[in-house]
Amino acid sequence: MTEQQPESGLSRRTLLKGIGATLGVAAFAKALAPLTEWVDGLSVDAFLQKHYRELTPDELQTVLRRLEQETRDQYGADVHIDDLTPNPGVKFAYALNLSLCIGCRKCAEACHKENNHDRDTHQSYIRVLEMEQGSLDLEKGTAGYNHAVPAPGKYYMPVQCQQCNNPPCVKVCPVEATWKEQDGIVVIDYNWCIGCRYCEAACPYHARRFNWKKPSIPAEDVNPVQAYLSNRIRPQGVMEKCTFCLHRTRAGKLPACLEACPTGARVFGDVADPDSDIRWVLENKRVFVLKEELGTQPSFFYFFDV
Amino acid sequence: MSTYSEPSPKHLVSYPRFIWRSLVLSTEGNLAFYAWMTALTAIALVGVNAWSHQVLEGMVVTDMSDHVSWGLYIANFTFLVGLAAGGVMMVIPAYLYDDKKMHDLVIVGELLAIVAIVMCLLFVNVDLGRPDRFWHIIPGIGRFNWPISMLTWDVLVLSGYLLLNLHIAGYLLYQRFLGHKPDKKWYIPFVFLSIVWAISIHTVTAFLYCGLGGRPFWNSALLAPRFLTSAFVTGPAFIIVSLLILQRLTRLEIGRGPIDTLTSILRITVVINLFMVLSEVFTEFYTGGTHVSAATYLYFGLHGHHGLVPWIWTSLLLNVTAAVIFLLPAVKKNTWLLVAACVATFVGVWIEKGMGLIVPGFIPSTLHEIVEYAPSTEEWKIMAGIWAFGIGLFTLALKIATNVFDGDLRLTRK
Repeated sequence: MTEQQPESGLSRRTLLKGIGATLGVAAFAKALAPLTEWVDGLSVDAFLQKHYRELTPDELQTVLRRLEQETRDQYGADVHIDDLTPNPGVKFAYALNLSLCIGCRKCAEACHKENNHDRDTHQSYIRVLEMEQGSLDLEKGTAGYNHAVPAPGKYYMPVQCQQCNNPPCVKVCPVEATWKEQDGIVVIDYNWCIGCRYCEAACPYHARRFNWKKPSIPAEDVNPVQAYLSNRIRPQGVMEKCTFCLHRTRAGKLPACLEACPTGARVFGDVADPDSDIRWVLENKRVFVLKEELGTQPSFFYFFDV
Repeated sequence: MSTYSEPSPKHLVSYPRFIWRSLVLSTEGNLAFYAWMTALTAIALVGVNAWSHQVLEGMVVTDMSDHVSWGLYIANFTFLVGLAAGGVMMVIPAYLYDDKKMHDLVIVGELLAIVAIVMCLLFVNVDLGRPDRFWHIIPGIGRFNWPISMLTWDVLVLSGYLLLNLHIAGYLLYQRFLGHKPDKKWYIPFVFLSIVWAISIHTVTAFLYCGLGGRPFWNSALLAPRFLTSAFVTGPAFIIVSLLILQRLTRLEIGRGPIDTLTSILRITVVINLFMVLSEVFTEFYTGGTHVSAATYLYFGLHGHHGLVPWIWTSLLLNVTAAVIFLLPAVKKNTWLLVAACVATFVGVWIEKGMGLIVPGFIPSTLHEIVEYAPSTEEWKIMAGIWAFGIGLFTLALKIATNVFDGDLRLTRK
């Protein structure tokens, strides 16, 4: 099948092969052209940035300033990105009173704004399920309801990250881009995540979101109070999740979803503090967790008042 | 791989020559060959272009969503891990049962394994939101969450399998090129290791999915055995068709022996695969309850959504047809019947592993919402590109192998 090659000299076939190869390389470069625009948007510093937990305090400051500059360049917004670490001895938990929740989705809306979510997709870390009375089966619930609330015969169950004490998402991450902090909050290093979405498959609560595109937010809508591990504007192609608003809660404030709730259905606090509201709820109400049988041990509790 | 006790300057000369002659001869051929390779290259380039768009604009160009967060790419990845593992079905008869006729052809299975793994790696890469951060998963440079994350196990077993097969195939071809008889100690231990390793790659890949408690559809102990069985369907089916093509296009002597052996293997594996499907279907539907909702959606549709129903029934039809043909005595005599059965079951398993396994794992979602998924044009383009690249690579690899076996590719000319 193969012809005997002439031993020396430039045969016609070799010449044709050369032309073919050249054309091939040119076509390959042309096909890859959109990538050059993408590469232009990447900085060497961003590419080589170390994992959050390997950064020295100085390096971290450099990173924070760079990210602020990037936000200015790309969004035209002046923001302050801080690094808030867990307060020693604090362990956060959240409880939600299902008897009070009316399904207004104000919490989801507050989350959307507070956490600098993509405006186009109206992203939020909270999904509110309209549930059928008489059933805790999520199969009978729907997040797509579109009518006046509360509807008769229904109750409402907002679901967000449960900040599990045995988080399946952390277990599966191949690059340790997500972990559980001392105060119980599961966080992501958005600059380390490779975007494989294994954590999204592993989470039993649909708590994780992927940035399918670069988030778009008008400069005037950007929340400028930001933290590295929470609400700073996420890059395209990485995972994100609810952080119990750590940029607020680690500074002594309450989560945005709680402040937005018109019925007071939400209770948040430090379980290690015997005088906290959350401690009182856990001690006095018959609380339960979602999908307890999976052994994820959530820090998010639900209860009915009556 | 440096495999020689005393440094011999001879290899420094002859090994580069082997590589160079391989490259030259693998790009030689008739017009049909050039047309074939040009067509494949063109398709591959369409894929490259679609991928660059995806990287630039984001994975919003796919039809995946926060509800169905893995789709066509991971489906193909899973299928191809099986194909790679299935290559071992030539190695087992050849070395474990000492089937002499298989010995010369076993290289086809090894080359298939190499190509399939390369394609797997490509499919994983196009699924990454941040391909620029690929280095984060390289042990030693990045942060490798081993042994906790099953994905890190997969990285290890897949790259190990790639290296093993590169060594075995490379060593055997190089020795033939030199005109030497291969030294058993340099490949037999690796061959036996590769048998165990082949099982491991598909087992670990099944563990990726079945270890997720929040996805009841995948959370089944039968997943790894099912993966292996279907791997032993697609591997032999692909190799049979490849051998038949080689028989037509090259002077390679293949004969009925190896094809009959592979057909006998398929007769069993196709039926076991169907049996496992039945076993899962029974467990799901007889039990009932909400755990069955993904299976209901897959086979019959749920709450007015039927996206996957045509896929799974096509798959079942193809696999049942193939099983019936394989059991007919005529399949060992009629080549076209054999090819039809091989193609049918290959496509059948491809659907079963992708649209029939990865996608329904996400529908309904963990909060029981139904968001459907149908691959976007960009996804199909990228998939076609990787397949074209893989088939092109396999063509070149087979060309090198047949040239070596023909004696055209030798250190000393005949």
